[in-house]
Amino acid sequence: MSKSPGTPKVANLHDLLAVAYQIEIDAVDRYNLLADQMETHNNPELVKVFRDLARAESIHGEEIRRMAGDFDVAAHARQIARFEHSDSPEEAELGAAHYLMTPWHALQLSLAGEKRALAYFTSIVETTKDPKVKEMAAELVEEEAEHVSLVHRLLRRYPKPSDSWADDLDPPVSQE
Amino acid sequence: MSSVAYKQADYKSDVKPIWCPGCGDYHVLMSFGRAFAQLGLPPEEVVVVSGIGCSSRIPAYTNCYGFHGVHGRSLALAAGLKVTRPDLTVVVASGDGDGYSIGGNHFLHACRRNVDMTYVVMDNHIYGMTKGQPSPTTEPEFDTALSPGGTKVRPFHPLVVALASGANFIARCFSGDPNQTADVLAQAIKHPGFSFVEILSPCVTFRPDEKAWKDQVHPAPVTETSDQGKAARRLMTDDGFNLGILYRGNRTPYQPAAGATNVDLSELEKDFEL
Repeated sequence: MSKSPGTPKVANLHDLLAVAYQIEIDAVDRYNLLADQMETHNNPELVKVFRDLARAESIHGEEIRRMAGDFDVAAHARQIARFEHSDSPEEAELGAAHYLMTPWHALQLSLAGEKRALAYFTSIVETTKDPKVKEMAAELVEEEAEHVSLVHRLLRRYPKPSDSWADDLDPPVSQE
Repeated sequence: MSSVAYKQADYKSDVKPIWCPGCGDYHVLMSFGRAFAQLGLPPEEVVVVSGIGCSSRIPAYTNCYGFHGVHGRSLALAAGLKVTRPDLTVVVASGDGDGYSIGGNHFLHACRRNVDMTYVVMDNHIYGMTKGQPSPTTEPEFDTALSPGGTKVRPFHPLVVALASGANFIARCFSGDPNQTADVLAQAIKHPGFSFVEILSPCVTFRPDEKAWKDQVHPAPVTETSDQGKAARRLMTDDGFNLGILYRGNRTPYQPAAGATNVDLSELEKDFEL
């Protein structure tokens, strides 16, 4: 059994699949929320980046659902997959959003999320006594490691912006 | 309560929030959904009432019934609603300007009256919607265009005021911890009487310094108490960043006089006929 304080209990393969599924779904919701924010604040480049990230996570979620076969992984996730003291590992940090953020910032958020997911599944591999859970968690570790590499590759397209990225020529000013 | 398993998304409307990216109120909205889901509340049995301000936009973003009311008057609206429809779960949303300044008087009397509802104040120590004027909780030295060098006025202490005025449940949360906030909100809703939950919710646009709150908040080093004297001492020496349930009282919630809610409206209308 794998259980860290505040993280869902992973006692068997169904639990692991449910948690893995929920992690992806939470990431989809978060990226879509960020895309909505960017839409409202007229940052179309970021809308596309966040929607693409949401789509990618959604595909991962569907893959996990397929791996679960006839087992209703979504229903089980609703019952057990709750992270008590923090966001779900792949959820991008909501408080880090800024209306002038760039794709580099978005990918940094994504990278941090993938790394948290990698650490989470690694901890399951290291602590579980169930060989089936260990085997599946190891697969998930490999996948998350691939995602980390993918985000690193995407980052090559988007160099770090200059320190003035948040400068706004028409800033929200305090009322005089 | 319902046997249906609700999830956070069931309480979210199709209206997209227009808060600034990074605003703490997004997390509060999330916490509302999580708390309602945790309690299994059917969305149609919850009413979110608000006044005016960034935080008060929240009813539109939920799938519950909502009332976006007059500035500072949300508590009066909500009290009337709860008294006439005690079957509904009434949650009131406000900010530090709407709730402590324009609605300050209503705040005192809502605590005193102790109607069974939950009052959530998203406190960012500034008027955000109207572009950065100092609010009742703004620090005395905080420099704004309208108060150069700061107001030099002692900030309002909402939790102490709530306790002194009779609130039956007092808690402080941080928006950046939506799960803990959801848990506290769920307990506040369940607790009979007037529950007051202050949520520190950073304004990233006019108070970017508040991003540091995530490193300043900490769980209250004490367990909750039902002793008013003990709670008063704790709150008066509070650093403003203690999180958790700080007081859980046992006052009996307000009940309207028998028959008061069973009035024939046509009889009342006669008094206003010209």
